[in-house]
This record gives sequence, structure tokens and C-alpha cells, in this order.
Amino acid sequence: MSAAVDAVSGARPSLAETLADWATRNRWTLGLVALLVGFLVFTRLIGPGYGAPEIQNLAIGALPIALAAVAQAIVVISGGIDLSVGSMMALTSVTSAVLMKDQSEGFAVLVVVGVLFMGLVIGAINGSIIVITRVPDIVVTLAMSFVWAGATLLVLDSPGGGAADWFKGLISGSIGSEWIPRALVSLLVVVGVVWIPLRRSILGLSLYAIGSDRLSAFRSGVAVGRTKIIAYALTGLFCALGGLAVTASTGSGSPVPGAYTLQSVAAIVLGGVSLAGGRGGIVGPILAVFILQLVRTDLTFLEVNPNFSTVIQGVILIGVVLLGSILAMRRVRA
Amino acid sequence: MSAEVGTAGARNPWLTADAWRRLFRDRPLIPLVGLLGVLILVLQLARPGIVTADWLGVTLRAAVPLAILAGCQTLTMLTGGIDLSVGAVASMAAFVMATLAPQQGPIVAIIVGLAAAALAGLVNGVGVGVFKVHPLIMTLGMGLVILGLTSVYQLAMVQAPDVPDFIEWLGSETTLSFLPNNLLVYVPVAALIILGLRRTGYGRLLFAVGDNPIAARLSGARVWQVHVALYVISALLAALAGFLVAGLVKTATIQLVEELVLPSVAAAVIGGTSIMGGRGGYAGTIVGALILTVLTTLLTVMDMPEAARQILFGLIIVAVAAAYTRVTGET
Repeated sequence: MSAAVDAVSGARPSLAETLADWATRNRWTLGLVALLVGFLVFTRLIGPGYGAPEIQNLAIGALPIALAAVAQAIVVISGGIDLSVGSMMALTSVTSAVLMKDQSEGFAVLVVVGVLFMGLVIGAINGSIIVITRVPDIVVTLAMSFVWAGATLLVLDSPGGGAADWFKGLISGSIGSEWIPRALVSLLVVVGVVWIPLRRSILGLSLYAIGSDRLSAFRSGVAVGRTKIIAYALTGLFCALGGLAVTASTGSGSPVPGAYTLQSVAAIVLGGVSLAGGRGGIVGPILAVFILQLVRTDLTFLEVNPNFSTVIQGVILIGVVLLGSILAMRRVRA
Repeated sequence: MSAEVGTAGARNPWLTADAWRRLFRDRPLIPLVGLLGVLILVLQLARPGIVTADWLGVTLRAAVPLAILAGCQTLTMLTGGIDLSVGAVASMAAFVMATLAPQQGPIVAIIVGLAAAALAGLVNGVGVGVFKVHPLIMTLGMGLVILGLTSVYQLAMVQAPDVPDFIEWLGSETTLSFLPNNLLVYVPVAALIILGLRRTGYGRLLFAVGDNPIAARLSGARVWQVHVALYVISALLAALAGFLVAGLVKTATIQLVEELVLPSVAAAVIGGTSIMGGRGGYAGTIVGALILTVLTTLLTVMDMPEAARQILFGLIIVAVAAAYTRVTGET
């Protein structure tokens, strides 16, 4: 984008201008960073014992939600929505737990690869049904959430299974300094390996294109149907990663889907992804997950009735969208 | 087009794909009732002698709360919205009613329950109508808020829930073995929704807003008022369903009706209401709710494990929705 501007004006922008430009484009994300830092300071103030072990727990707790948020972000950016995120995570989690139980450490590597592939496939099934039948995304993924939840029960009808030691070790403890949780590093590595090359590829651009204007994307030669299926497949892949994270953090699998669908939607909205599609990234949603987790921690520190935390979660979800739409209305008027 | 119809008519007007397509598109009720008949037939074949007057009473009794909640979805989906807070609202209304009834008397309890539901609906309506929050997000969020507030209320309230006798009579008893008493509530409600959608200006407005909100606004409809009224109506209907479910199971919990939320969306979709708005009606939804209820019985009778039941449920919703999209030619 900025390259095109340079070509027109014919002058190289100064460093300050580039920085200012970057800051304006990423103001929502920067605001989230400030909010997160603010919450960390606040948490430290109200709970002076809040230190490295708690940060590690925060990262472990946030890991599956963050992966769910990335999964949801990809599909919402491409103009859809996936209400089966929670069920897909449950399905991949129990599958990995059942297959890893009482098996060698080496076999677990195969299981991880297999489950990731499975995530790609079930996501692609969601996407293909949407593209082929032309039924709205919301209906298909709602219905498919039943299907994946049912399949989860077929794999494992009560909590059980196991996980390899190296696999559990991937997310527990810290690397280098005790302040750098291993779960956070795993999250960044996994997301970075998939997202950064994707974002810079034509495919990544196509995802944004079909999300912001399907018809224009089609007329510009984007294979809309295929891109949509790929978006859902990537969502499935990140759900599988989320499911694996659940297995790794609990050491077993549970057939009851967590509230990940709802949390993922809340996180992407707070993270600056537009539900209309085509806008936002995945850094915002990840930051939002950490903020929401910290809010919960703070409420415990403040000894607020835990039931209120459900209320507050709902209020935050509505409030963020409300704020976003008020800002949008102002922009239209201005 | 006319030539096509001419040649088709010369052969046999009922045996062409086009005729079937038109049948589905213009009279969706006929194939739906046909599907319901087939399901009942299969049920009778799977377990001969099961279809009796008693069975009819039990089926209708179970279908009524689902049909009311599916009514909430039908109305909101007509405007292009959805109401996922119905489960929380219905459970909240039932729980408030059941905890207040022993001390305040059933009348006051019911009024307070309805008022609480209306308030929740008002918040939904203002969010969707005035602040243009996406209905999915608004109602999901409100669902969380209501669930949280109800659980706080549950802790503050020492009084154990006790459902009043006449609500239990209404929700669980049947007359003449095949007429559940909840029809006393349901028949007027259903008539009101069907007539309201077909004959009143407000009903027309719902279709207009769903079809094209901008055109509706430019023709003078106050779209935000339509939304506010709509979500209040939806919440009141949900509260009624909550009372009936509480009467049926003779107790009230804070998550009593939650399990009916997704089936209620499914019933409206099967009944032919488009989630994109502007197309549908309540008569189809009623048949949709009956189909889901009979299907659940059928799967139970056939000893399907819970897992297979859920999978089939999901696949049927996708299949029916796909069939609709195909025949109505919405692309």
C-alpha cells in the first residue's frame, strides 16, 4: 500500500512518517497492547504475589482460547463465521487423547501430525458444504457443530485417554527466563509458522478479498469457492491445534465441548476483526484473549462473586461491539 | 418459460422436476407435512403399535415449548436476525416465577417473570435496533449476562423453586389423553403469530425489514422501533415457553431451557424460514418443531446412541436447508 503512495509522490517518507503511518494503521492493536500492559500492572498492584508462575498459568489457560480465536479470526476475515469451533476442538482433543493413551513417545508424533491433518479435513468439510449447498455459513456450522459433537461422543463417551510426556512438556514451564512461559512461545511459533507466510501470499490476500467484497474478488479472478474452503480448512487446522493444546494441558480428553466458540467470537470482536469480514488480523484477537483471561484473574483477586464474571464477560462482549458500531456511525456521519 | 411449462404439462404436470420445485417453493407446507407423515409411518413400522392417542398427547406436549421458541427464531429470522438468548431468557423467567410463587402468589410471580423477560428483550432490541449490534453477538452476549445474573439471584435467594400447581397442570397434564393442556396457551399464541404475520401491518414490516432494510427505512418504516418491539415479543414468547417447560418437568433451574435453543433454530430453518430474512412463516415452523420431536422419538425408539442422534440431527438440518436453497433458487 505505502509503496504505491511512494511511487506517486516520488519521495521516500521519513522514518517518523513511516512510524506514524504504521501506528495509525495498527491503532486498535496498539490500544490492546496498552490495555494488556495496564491490566498486568493492575493485577500486580491488587495481587502483589502475582509473579512468574502465575504468568505461566495465564499462558497455559489462554493457549486453547487463543488458538480458537485465531481459527475464528481466519474464517471471519474471509466473510464467514464458524459456530462449530468448540465441537471441532473437542473432537480433535479426544482423538489425540485416545490415540496417545499407553503408546510410545514416538507414536505421539504421528498422532499429532494425524490430528492436524484431521483438523484440515473436517474444516474443509464445513467449507465444502457451505460452498456446494450455498446455505448460509451460520446454519451450516451450527448444524455441523451437532455432527462434530456427536462424532466426539463416538470417539470417547466419558473423559479419559492420555498424552505423551514430551507433548505435555511443550506447554508447561518456561524457556530461558522464568518470565517467558513455554506455552506462549509455542503459541507464537505455531501461529507464526502458519500465519506469516500465509499473510504474505496471494492466498492470504484472497482471504481478505473475498471477505471484504465477494463480487469484486470474483471479478478480479479470485476463485471464491476454493478460497472459502481453504479458509474453513485453516480454521479446522487451528481448531486441531487448540484441541491438541487442551489435551496437552489436561493430559486427557473430555467429550464435552468447552465454551470455546463463544470465547473465540468475543476475542475476535474485541481484537478488532470486523464481523462483516475483510478487516482485522490475528494479533489483536490473541491480545484480546490474554486481556479477557486477566479480567477473570482480577475478578478472583477482587473476590467478586464468580457468577458475576459470566455477566462481565457478556457485558464486555456487547460493550465492545457497541463501541465499535458507535465509532463506525460517527465515521459515517463525519 | 411458458413453452417449457406447456410441454411439461402435455406429459404429466406432476412428474417433472420443475413442478416439484414449484411445489416446494410455493407450498412448502405440503412436502413438510409429507415428511412428518413419513416419519410417523417409519416410527410405527419400527415399533408397531406405538402410535396411539397417548403417544400423540406426549408428542404434542413436548413439541409445544419447542414450537414457541422456534416462533422467537422465526420472527427474528424474518428480519435477518436471530435470538440466541431465548434459552437464558426462558430459564430466567421460569426460575424467577418458581422462586417467587410460594411467597408472592403465582399471579405476581408470573408477572414479575414476564417483566424480567421483557426487560431483557428490550435491551436486545435497543442493542440491535438503535446501536446496530449484530443480533447474533447481541443475543449471545445477553444470554451470558442473563445466565450470570440468574445465578447471582439464585445464590441470593434462599427460597427453593416451587412451580405453582396450575402451571404444572398446564405444562404436564393432558385432557382426553391426546390433548395436552399446554395447547390452551399455545393455540392462541400460534394463531396470534400466524395472523399477526399475515394480516397486520407489523407483520408486513417484519418481512419488509428483512427483505431490504434500506428500502423499508426509505418507505417510512421506523426500523429501530420494529426491532425493539420484535425482541421484546421474542423474549415474552420465550418466557411463556419457559413456564411451560417448568410445568412439564415440575421444577426450575437456571439452565432449564438451554438445550432447546439450537433445536429451535433448526425447527425454524426446517420450516422454511430463511436466516437471511424476508422469507418464511410460522405454519412451517410448527411442522418443523413436530418433525424434530417425532425424529427424536424415532431415534430413541431405534436405540440410537446419543452420538448418532446428534450427528443425524445436524445432517438433517443441513440437508433440509440445502434443499430449500436449491428450490428457492436463492444464489
